[in-house]
Amino acid sequence: MGEVLAPVAVTGGIAQSAWLLVVLPVIGAFILLVGGRRTDAWGHLLGCATVLISFVYGLMVFIEWLGFDAAERTRELGLGTWFAVNSLQVSYGLRLDPLSLAFVLLITGVGGLIHLYSIGYMEHDPGRRRFFGYFNLFIAAMLTLVLANNFVTLYLGWEGVGLASYLLIGWYQDRPSAATAAKKAFLMNRVGDVGLALAIFLIWRSLGTVQFSEVFARAGQISAPMLVAITLLLLLGACGKSGQFPLQAWLPDAMEGPTPVSALIHAATMVTAGVYLIARCSPLYNLSTTGRLAVAAVGTITLLIGSIIGCAYDDIKKVLAYSTVSQIGYMILAVGLGPAGYALGIAHLLTHGFFKAVLFLGAGSVMHAMHDEVDMRRMGGLRQHLPITFALFSTGYLALIGFPFLSGFYSKDAIIEAAFGAGGSAGPWFGVIALLAAGLTAFYMTRLMLMTFFGEERWRNLRTADGKSYHPHECPPVMWGPMVLLAIGSLIAGFILVSGERLAHWLEPSVGALVPVESTATAIAVPLLTVLVSAAGVAVAWLVIGRNPVPVVKPEPVSLPVAAARADLYANAINEAIIARPGTWLTRALVFVDNKGIDGIVNGTAALLGGTSGRLRRLQTGFVRSYALGMLGAGIVVIAFLVAVSYS
Amino acid sequence: MNGGAVLLAMILLPLIGAAVVALMRSSPVAAKATGLGFALVELVLAAAAWSGYQPGGGRLQLTLSVPWIPAFGTRFALGVDGIALVMIALIGVLVPIVMGSSWAEKLPEGRTPAGFYAQILVLESMLVGVFAATDVFLFYLFFEVMLVPMYFLIGRFGGPRRQYAAVKFFLYSLLGGLVMLASVIGLFVVSGQRLGHGTFDWAALERIASTIPTSTQIWLFLGFFVAFAIKAPLVPFHTWLPDAGAEAPVGAGVLLVGVMDKVGIYGFLRYCLPLFPAASRTLAPLVLVLAVAGILYAALLAVGQSDMKRFVAYTSVSHFGFIALGVFAFSTQAQAGAVLYMVNHGISTGMLFIVIGMLIGRGGSRLISDYGGVAALAPVLAGMTLLAGLSALSLPGTNSFVSEFLVLIGSFPRQPVFTVIATTGMILAALYVLWFYQRVMQGPARGAAVVGALDGPGAATAPEAGAHRKRIDFPDLSIREIVVLVPLAALILLLGFFPQPVLNVITPSVGATVTEVGLSDPVGQGGS
Repeated sequence: MGEVLAPVAVTGGIAQSAWLLVVLPVIGAFILLVGGRRTDAWGHLLGCATVLISFVYGLMVFIEWLGFDAAERTRELGLGTWFAVNSLQVSYGLRLDPLSLAFVLLITGVGGLIHLYSIGYMEHDPGRRRFFGYFNLFIAAMLTLVLANNFVTLYLGWEGVGLASYLLIGWYQDRPSAATAAKKAFLMNRVGDVGLALAIFLIWRSLGTVQFSEVFARAGQISAPMLVAITLLLLLGACGKSGQFPLQAWLPDAMEGPTPVSALIHAATMVTAGVYLIARCSPLYNLSTTGRLAVAAVGTITLLIGSIIGCAYDDIKKVLAYSTVSQIGYMILAVGLGPAGYALGIAHLLTHGFFKAVLFLGAGSVMHAMHDEVDMRRMGGLRQHLPITFALFSTGYLALIGFPFLSGFYSKDAIIEAAFGAGGSAGPWFGVIALLAAGLTAFYMTRLMLMTFFGEERWRNLRTADGKSYHPHECPPVMWGPMVLLAIGSLIAGFILVSGERLAHWLEPSVGALVPVESTATAIAVPLLTVLVSAAGVAVAWLVIGRNPVPVVKPEPVSLPVAAARADLYANAINEAIIARPGTWLTRALVFVDNKGIDGIVNGTAALLGGTSGRLRRLQTGFVRSYALGMLGAGIVVIAFLVAVSYS
Repeated sequence: MNGGAVLLAMILLPLIGAAVVALMRSSPVAAKATGLGFALVELVLAAAAWSGYQPGGGRLQLTLSVPWIPAFGTRFALGVDGIALVMIALIGVLVPIVMGSSWAEKLPEGRTPAGFYAQILVLESMLVGVFAATDVFLFYLFFEVMLVPMYFLIGRFGGPRRQYAAVKFFLYSLLGGLVMLASVIGLFVVSGQRLGHGTFDWAALERIASTIPTSTQIWLFLGFFVAFAIKAPLVPFHTWLPDAGAEAPVGAGVLLVGVMDKVGIYGFLRYCLPLFPAASRTLAPLVLVLAVAGILYAALLAVGQSDMKRFVAYTSVSHFGFIALGVFAFSTQAQAGAVLYMVNHGISTGMLFIVIGMLIGRGGSRLISDYGGVAALAPVLAGMTLLAGLSALSLPGTNSFVSEFLVLIGSFPRQPVFTVIATTGMILAALYVLWFYQRVMQGPARGAAVVGALDGPGAATAPEAGAHRKRIDFPDLSIREIVVLVPLAALILLLGFFPQPVLNVITPSVGATVTEVGLSDPVGQGGS
């Protein structure tokens, strides 16, 4: 697992002003949110500019870093104290290392393209300027999260991301469902945040510091049970932010926001934070088998849940959302495998950033063409009407299902391989489930493609909610332009990053060397198996959906497994039954107790002391003079008492 | 200028101001402007006190002491430590803002702004006095007398049930104060036994504190504790606060919850801990149980409130639980967090109270269910409400995060179980704030107070009915209202990102307090 490298201070060079990476989008957000309507005319341009400049700057830092030796690629830039009380020192500081720089490029690069796309997508929204303000806030928070050099500043970004997502998921303010979804996202994230906060408390108690460099260098001094607690609490944090079991239920609801928001949350920011956190804390996870096992198990459960539910939805965005749940599950599984998987998880995260962004933006383009329709049963045959979207979306689709030599093929296969190679009693299970889920992924994505772009044009005989007919049309270049770049990434990113282990070598200073899978047998068999299983998924989808007409209204009743999947495997029902409803009762009961019980006792006692409640009421009609008299009397008694005491 | 003279001036100036304002009954605008003028001069004095204070210098600074009642050793003695200083600064900041926010307050029949502003100034004087007193008897006096202006503010200028709320507030506090008086006298007697002459001088009492037997300490502690627990208030002594907070006019409510309640916590820090160290250590578990139970209990009650002002009162009770946890966890980090929390809570709850007052001023109702979808009509008001709410749920980047984080991380090493339970209060805080925001601000415009009686009583609650009809008079913030809120909003962000200047003032004083309790920080530079 190797030595933890001590960071060197940034001295000179272009990275001296690396704080600009974060501050630029902050300035953008501030101007757009405080400036008000005066900035309406050019707000969206400013919003894009700040992020794209950040990207270019990040790229320059990255290029400078390529010139350093591996041992010198972990650098820190101190920016002064945030707050400090004796032994608790919390500072603003950036950690520029291969891991954080990879994230900076993803966040500002993919994020910047999503910004550009939004110019077109949000064109008719009167609040577009404010939207870009929130978008910039999102990017700034996410950059704070990945660039922080200590746990508390990371937490600042961590909850900042939660705020930005809250604002954006609840964007359509007049929809009660959007407000509910936003609140739900924030609350479930807060549950995870409590885990992260407690982990920070434990770390500080153990080591007296919250700086990454010191914590990681001295991780060996933490007692074993404490380390288990810390790693599990960090995992709880990761589950909240990344929508992992058991905190996955907020992520599909987050589709209430405008589609570019979904793309931003799912591809470039937010949900990747959990994977980042665990990879960042690899020196802690390296020391705890239990911690790693829990991470891998959570990832495996989630990737299965996500891919099962993804098969059941007819809402194009919800299918993609559960696809994200599932794919993030793969990443969490990978980083849970320890040194054999950290780099693989990050690689899948980056390739996923490309293809999931193009898929979401493609879905947005479909909705743009179809009066915001999301029900795939009302679509069909759109490939002739949206040829560009179709081509770009197909690229993302092929990359996601792991079509040979596209991005997902490299990054997902590597994870399945590593899972099989993990050994122990759990390893094979992880591998088998991950393999099975690859088949399910192929199934639900093919189903989505068939229902949306192929088959009968079912929308021809349908009307929108307000009685209009559908006229699908291709989106403007400002929307498909960014998608082209993302599609190119979906094609080649896997090859560039994974083959030859380029990314793994680059990340070595941050997460240690990639420990390769031992057996050559799995190295050959697994890719083959994965391709076969995926092909089977595609075939089944074609047999079930492609060959038959798709009913416009979803069939009811359905078999139990389908019903369960449609109901999110009852996650919401369970939350409702064990938390929400008892909570409501408890609250009502407490309000009653507080009013009648505690306050009743107090008032009753007062009445008793005053003789009758009638007399109390008379007192309360406010004879202020009698109070003044009473106080004067009491004062005289007190003074007499004091005199007596002092002369006794 | 002598440091102590600044404190004396800060007590006298508002009293003079009150007298002047009270004489201007016939011209409301002049009265309000004069009151505001005095409050602004007071703010300048507070700034002078701040700059005259040396963090890390003497335990008590800016002292002034003149004989008062020599017969029993009472002196008119003033002075501040870092804890008192930040509270006095908070008073200086909040009073002008409160006056600005009360400018257009609809007062009950027959009441004039002159009376209202004069009472606010009297209250300001008393509040400065209670924090600046370094003589225990003088403290007691201010502690009791400050009830009088607040009684009048609630009882004469408040809402429909103002008489009930004011009397309840007064009786409750008076009762606590009388119990404390017994302890004050007891302390005098005990000091007489130790020193040969009784004294009320805080510094002298602090020096003999550790020599008092624990059993005696416990009785004296409990006397102070009852008064402070009612004032703070801790559950189960809290039921006066929702009534008082709900019926008080908004300006008085801000000072009640934002400053006056903090006297309770301040009392713990200045009197209970240093004067009764053994008792504090012995009884800490009792207080911690009340504190942590209060965090969760009051948060759940806040979720269930239907009245906006009672909602704010309950959120405050929950926050006071965090503060009490920080005080009785006995570490510099936790106590520094607790003191910073007192300041931050004054700012964020003050802002929440004021924006709710602005809502009520427009809609004419205190009920949450009478509002809905306000963000669509008044986006700036909604944005300000959200900012105050985010501060109330301690989002990083707002002031409250730093204090809550310090309280929790500082309490954790000594009190892990209580801290873990308290930390779950973070989730409840998010719930009560965001649910409140959702009901009042989000969704289609609805509710009787927003869409008005145009639609008839039944129709107003149906969202579809309201969605297409805009009430004409639900305006966004006026310039005056923005001017009132911007300083608070700026402080929320400024103290969120750059709290260190305030912490530098607080830390040496709480460090001394931890030492006075006879303990040292559980976590040093290299971990525990």
